[in-house]
Amino acid sequence: MGVATYIKDEKDAVKEVILQSGIKVKPVYTPDDLAAVGFDYKNDLGEPGEFPFTRSIHPLGYRSRNWTTRQYTGFGTPEQTNERFKLMIAHGQTGLNVAFDLPTQMGYDSDNPMSEGEVGRVGMAVDSLRDFEIAFKDIKLDRIGSGLTINAVASVMLAMYQSVAERFGYDKNKISATPQNDILKEMVGRGAWIYPVGPAVRLVGDTIEYAMKALPRCNPVSVCGYHIRESGCTPAQEISYAFMIAFAYIDNVVARGYRAEEFVGGFTFNLNIYGNLWETVAKFRAARKLWARLLRDRYGVKDKKALFLRGIFGGGGSGMTKQQPENNIMRGAYYALAAALSGAQTTALCSFDEAYTIPTERAALLSLRTFQILMDEIGLRDTVDPLAGSYFMETLTKQMEEKILEEMEKVKKVGGMVEAVASGYVQREVARQAYEYEKRLQDGAVTKVGVNKYTEGVDMEVELHEYNEDWAMLQIERLKKLKQERDKKAAGSSLKALEDAAREGSNVMPHLVECCKSLATVGEMADVFRNVFGEHREPSIF
Amino acid sequence: MADRKIRVLVAKPGLDGHDRGAKVVSHALKEAGMEVIYTGLHQSVPGIVNQAIQEDVDVIGLSIMSGAHVPIMRKLMDLVRSREIGEKLVLIGGVIPQRDVPLLKELGVDGVFPGGSRFDEIVSFIKDKMKTN
Repeated sequence: MGVATYIKDEKDAVKEVILQSGIKVKPVYTPDDLAAVGFDYKNDLGEPGEFPFTRSIHPLGYRSRNWTTRQYTGFGTPEQTNERFKLMIAHGQTGLNVAFDLPTQMGYDSDNPMSEGEVGRVGMAVDSLRDFEIAFKDIKLDRIGSGLTINAVASVMLAMYQSVAERFGYDKNKISATPQNDILKEMVGRGAWIYPVGPAVRLVGDTIEYAMKALPRCNPVSVCGYHIRESGCTPAQEISYAFMIAFAYIDNVVARGYRAEEFVGGFTFNLNIYGNLWETVAKFRAARKLWARLLRDRYGVKDKKALFLRGIFGGGGSGMTKQQPENNIMRGAYYALAAALSGAQTTALCSFDEAYTIPTERAALLSLRTFQILMDEIGLRDTVDPLAGSYFMETLTKQMEEKILEEMEKVKKVGGMVEAVASGYVQREVARQAYEYEKRLQDGAVTKVGVNKYTEGVDMEVELHEYNEDWAMLQIERLKKLKQERDKKAAGSSLKALEDAAREGSNVMPHLVECCKSLATVGEMADVFRNVFGEHREPSIF
Repeated sequence: MADRKIRVLVAKPGLDGHDRGAKVVSHALKEAGMEVIYTGLHQSVPGIVNQAIQEDVDVIGLSIMSGAHVPIMRKLMDLVRSREIGEKLVLIGGVIPQRDVPLLKELGVDGVFPGGSRFDEIVSFIKDKMKTN
């Protein structure tokens, strides 16, 4: 998954380079290659900021606006997370990307037996609006946007975000949140699913429909090729699966009587960077072009801004290694370079210690500094899409486009993404490739520095983030107190109204906002859905 | 008995959903001639122990990436003892820092295979142990 295949002769000369997406790289490219792939300046490239946006969605790229940096942040209690948020902002971070602990992601309160050992471990624990009030204290919610890395209960957390903003006195029309809210990719790659495919996609549709009307600056969904690539797919598949997932959500909302044009501008993407630099940059350029074209042709979208492929392009954890962990600092820097050469609007890096656990303060700051050095010292803001016009890059971008379309066709053949996920088709494809890669890594057919080559002599000890079991106690105490002190009737009746909406098929979002404001807990809201929708069962993939 | 395939339960306990490792190892064990039953995600510890007994497996392999391996294995090993299935081999893989290995062994875990362990290491460990048992 990480690197291309290199076939060498006995003198170590590279005879053949095969990128992961299956494209062979030539030693030399000329104008003849552009002609061979049918490259046309106007159709394939055009001006930056103009259709099909291959070069950039902005006419002046990073000159007009630097990228947003959003390190994935959150651990322990809301107090600790709030402190870390403020520290990152003080050091120049320009957006937030909130990490929730697994109980929160899975819709369990901190006192649920299922939560044991996990409260506050891989992200912050959130049981109720009280926790959000602490976590976002003194953060300017009309100035700073927040990514919320939550999926199965993304609807709950978007409602929670609106509720905390309103409690702090902000106009909900001015707040910007991006819940990840991509449940289909959870079923393929990351595993934090709760409800069956049908109702789960409906909840995504509810948030999109609600945001379109009530939260104009929020991006209700961030479609994640990222995690599917982490799970083992190729860069071309990453984009094709992400697009097919996006279509599933668009179709859900279109079926409610809306036009894609009205809401698709709120879609963002979360895409992965590691492995071959050229393949990565070509992937993003091809993806921008294809997304605009597909929205235009498939859904008749005309509004220019609605055609933008916007998103977070982040340095992937799968590229990082446990062995010789400080090497990951260098890897992160190259991934950040790839993000900049690809025209990322928003970016984040896995920190060098993340093959072990969530990052220490020092590791998180190093990642932030990596971005700052690129923009402020190396010259990545100088000119837009600096690789444009390269015989190699333009040829490769065209070839990636073809590969992405090929993979999309395969998913269409099995009935689209909802069907492909329900049947386990994508999961099988991804798991098979993960296994093949791992075998090649162990055979030495692909090289990973410090893992299967240059492994000697650089033993490094890293300082690790420490988990404290007292955090769970604090959180459980706070939850107990909340349940004693809140207006039980108000919480109960808002939960009842939520249940009715879930059953009737009306949009659950306004009711979730009421639940949050009446201090119903995340677990209580998630349980309403559990009772109405049931739980997802994984298709067998072996 | 000689012809019986080694039966392995690969399990994902708790809330962590990162299953690339569990699936990759399942593939490898299958290719090495073992029979593999994969539990799927979000399994409770008692559920895993029940399944291990029902499926009459020789090996229970757990994959844990969230960092909660110590509390989970403590619970599991208690159950392994109380349900008297101590003859089954218990292995763990995932994000396991080196410093936790002695504690896991103390709890009674037979083998610890952190991320990046070689397939042949895991396979020969299982085969050797099955021979001596």
